[in-house]
Amino acid sequence: MDNMKLKLRIWRQGGKFPKGQFVNYDLDGVNDHMSFLEMLDVLNEKLINKKEDPIAFEHDCREGICGTCSLVINGYPHGPMQQTTACQLHMRNFRDGDTITIEPWRSRAFPIVKDLVVNRDSFDRIIQAGGFISVDTGQAQDGNAIPIEKDQASHAFDAATCIGCGACVAACPNASAMLFVGAKVSHLAQVPQGKVEAETRVQRMVAQHDAEGFGRCSNITACEAECPKGISVEHIARLNRQYIGSTLGSEKVAN
Amino acid sequence: MPFQSNVPPGELSEKWKQYRSSMPLVAPNNKRRLEVIIVGTGLAGGAAAATFGELGYKVKVFTFHDSPRRAHSIAAQGGINAAKNYQNDGDSIYRLFYDTIKGGDYRSREANVHRLAEASVSIIDQAVAQGVPFAREYGGLLSNRSFGGVQVSRTFYARGQTGQQLLLGAYQSLSRQISLGNVQLFNRHEMIDLVMENGKARGIIARNLLTGETERHAAHAVVLGTGGYGNVFYLSTNAMNSNGSAAWRAVKQGAYMANPCFTQIHPTCIPVSGEYQSKLTLMSESLRNDGRVWVPKSQEDAAAIREGRKTGLDIAEDQRDYYLERRYPAFGNLVPRDVASRAAKTACDEGLGVSPTGLAVYLDFDAAIQRYGKSRAHSLNEYSADDQRIRELGVAVIEEKYGNLFEMYEKITGEDPYVMPMKIYPAVHYTMGGLWVDYNLQTNVPGLFAIGEANFSDHGANRLGASALMQGLADGYFVLPYTIGTYLSQEIRNPMVDPNGPAFMAAEAKSQDRIDRLMAINGTKSAEAFHRELGKIMWEYCGMARNAEGLRKGRKLIRELRKEFWSDVFVPGRIKEYNPELEKALRVADFLELGELMMLDALDRNESCGGHFREEYQSEEGEALRRDDEYAYVSAWEWDDDEPILHKEELIFENVELKTRSYK
Repeated sequence: MDNMKLKLRIWRQGGKFPKGQFVNYDLDGVNDHMSFLEMLDVLNEKLINKKEDPIAFEHDCREGICGTCSLVINGYPHGPMQQTTACQLHMRNFRDGDTITIEPWRSRAFPIVKDLVVNRDSFDRIIQAGGFISVDTGQAQDGNAIPIEKDQASHAFDAATCIGCGACVAACPNASAMLFVGAKVSHLAQVPQGKVEAETRVQRMVAQHDAEGFGRCSNITACEAECPKGISVEHIARLNRQYIGSTLGSEKVAN
Repeated sequence: MPFQSNVPPGELSEKWKQYRSSMPLVAPNNKRRLEVIIVGTGLAGGAAAATFGELGYKVKVFTFHDSPRRAHSIAAQGGINAAKNYQNDGDSIYRLFYDTIKGGDYRSREANVHRLAEASVSIIDQAVAQGVPFAREYGGLLSNRSFGGVQVSRTFYARGQTGQQLLLGAYQSLSRQISLGNVQLFNRHEMIDLVMENGKARGIIARNLLTGETERHAAHAVVLGTGGYGNVFYLSTNAMNSNGSAAWRAVKQGAYMANPCFTQIHPTCIPVSGEYQSKLTLMSESLRNDGRVWVPKSQEDAAAIREGRKTGLDIAEDQRDYYLERRYPAFGNLVPRDVASRAAKTACDEGLGVSPTGLAVYLDFDAAIQRYGKSRAHSLNEYSADDQRIRELGVAVIEEKYGNLFEMYEKITGEDPYVMPMKIYPAVHYTMGGLWVDYNLQTNVPGLFAIGEANFSDHGANRLGASALMQGLADGYFVLPYTIGTYLSQEIRNPMVDPNGPAFMAAEAKSQDRIDRLMAINGTKSAEAFHRELGKIMWEYCGMARNAEGLRKGRKLIRELRKEFWSDVFVPGRIKEYNPELEKALRVADFLELGELMMLDALDRNESCGGHFREEYQSEEGEALRRDDEYAYVSAWEWDDDEPILHKEELIFENVELKTRSYK
């Protein structure tokens, strides 16, 4: 199919403060091999040729790994396909004549920059609060000095695969970022090198999460359903155990 | 300007150790007063920024992304090489060095490459200490796999997301330094010019991408870790925003561009499907461990496949040409990238391509599925497993190894690669060329350093797989933190550089003027349209095969296109706002100059080597014909709007004998 006709309802907003609104666009000649973002490229090219303001949306690698693209498509963060980022979504998943609604991530902690682009600096600040292992360059011992059980390493990897896109926040009715925080806490808590600082880490990262204005987790699990990398809420459970343990059973408290 | 490699004396294997122990140091009290600007937060820039912060320098790090974690290093799939010899298969630092020199077709500097091989060992240790979840064996030890162009297993990996995991390791170390206040992060800031004062690099002009304001930032040294320029071809496996502008701005200030025509065309990418295509997607080289590359033997079968009357499954085993195994029995499907790419092109040129465009070959996993299935059945004591069961078990092993790649392939093409063989074709992937640097990774501009893909130093005319991550991290963690001391130790008497001095004010005014001119054109075509046209010219005349006539024509076409760009581009929106179209236009303007230099460099190099294949210089079997007597040099170009000037750095080989590369 190389001539799909689509009706697009796209959120336009000049910046953080001006009021936004949906604007309708008709787009013809869409090929079903196109990626969703290529479809938006075609629309933008048309707008530019008419000397109109193109739609601002963020993207970079277009292969589902950089975590830059951030569109809510027909109500679903990254669109209707499971475990697929917006950039990997292809038009063969839509039908001729469809109306497609496109919105930005919506959360107080992700202020809008323009149209579909949001500011996710809050995620960087959460990592800066403790999402690391304190090791300077050159201090490491041999890579094979500490064996890590294969499945354990694999579970740590499952958590570490988070791309930091923020779909979990966009999906959550509370706009909680607990899946993002849980993924990093769980990744580092499952490798021996990360256990040393585990208690301080979880305390500081959760405190920063709350300070950024993200909501609390109430186990709705929409985050897991919408996560393009399929990160499980079991990592939030691990975060909770770590958090409670470090609050009750330790002399360490958040600083 | 100085143009010496500054390779230290001594035995190859001792050079770096001795040099490291004798180079000038900067005392901790002085480090606190020395400022360093790092542009780029990928593996090279991110690692360097974190390490400089740890060492106590005052660091400012810049990225145009919203977060340092989005740098394109994140997309590297297959792995990272290191001469650990954990597999006991005969690997050593010397062998990694030798493989890299040979793989690069003898066009890189021996001493730099040996140092890279030495550093490789520490990188793995460092990454493990940061919590990078590398693949492991049942005993808990690190796992390895093979990559192209080598006969040992030295590649460490984290499923198909090695770049992501290594970058997150560097990003987390960088985040720690940001939280400690040692590094200041400027995200969504793009470098738009380099500031020179008294012949030294002293800072940058950056554009705040959220507000559109220009800013002046001063430092004692400037480091570019800004990646490669593969997007000059428009279609490449690079991220959409990857660009050559930071490096090119430095070239416009007098830095030399080295070997710009050395481009890596990666053999296993998903083929182009239409005119609207915005980028190409790589299928990791690791797939060639288990995938077999083939085309039909007969043109009739190939035509039937192209027209949809047959599929790959309909072609009988004896009607398939596994051309890499046939032509290169010693390395088979694991020949280096340049060799594999050219062989694919040859097959398609002969009318044996298998996609509607005629530009695709098969990458087939059926044999591997059978092999793994039988082995798994055996280990499960299922000695009488039927074909279906064996297939099921084999698919499970393949899924474990390459699951995310197979998924990605299916999402993009709509075909299931567990059943139908994958269709692949070569695409632009990496640029071996880059800013010329000496042994200290300093450009010919004092105070300006280049690391990672942004420099030219280690890969010669062709990069081996799993070596980009190695080089980025070696430069950032283990080389530049030492070598920058040779420059900064001379700077301790210089006070803080004043970002309000005349040089900075003039550079800022010049940058603003350039933006004003661009916006004032108000023509009819988007920057994207110009970029697409440039890409077609580059691919046609400076792609997988080049010849003198085409290169001359290509250069002329680019000059015409550049002229048209500066009279007919249309950039919507305003300057002082978030304006991605303006960002794009500024980058395309730079590509339109860089592309011309690539044509010129390819024209100068009257030989074939690595990724640079000049049709006039090939053997009877169609292999690349190097001309060591005349072309064993690094071409370092000084930009000039009319006639760029070529400087040559002779390559001296004291430890390896120059041979015709053979993978037969």
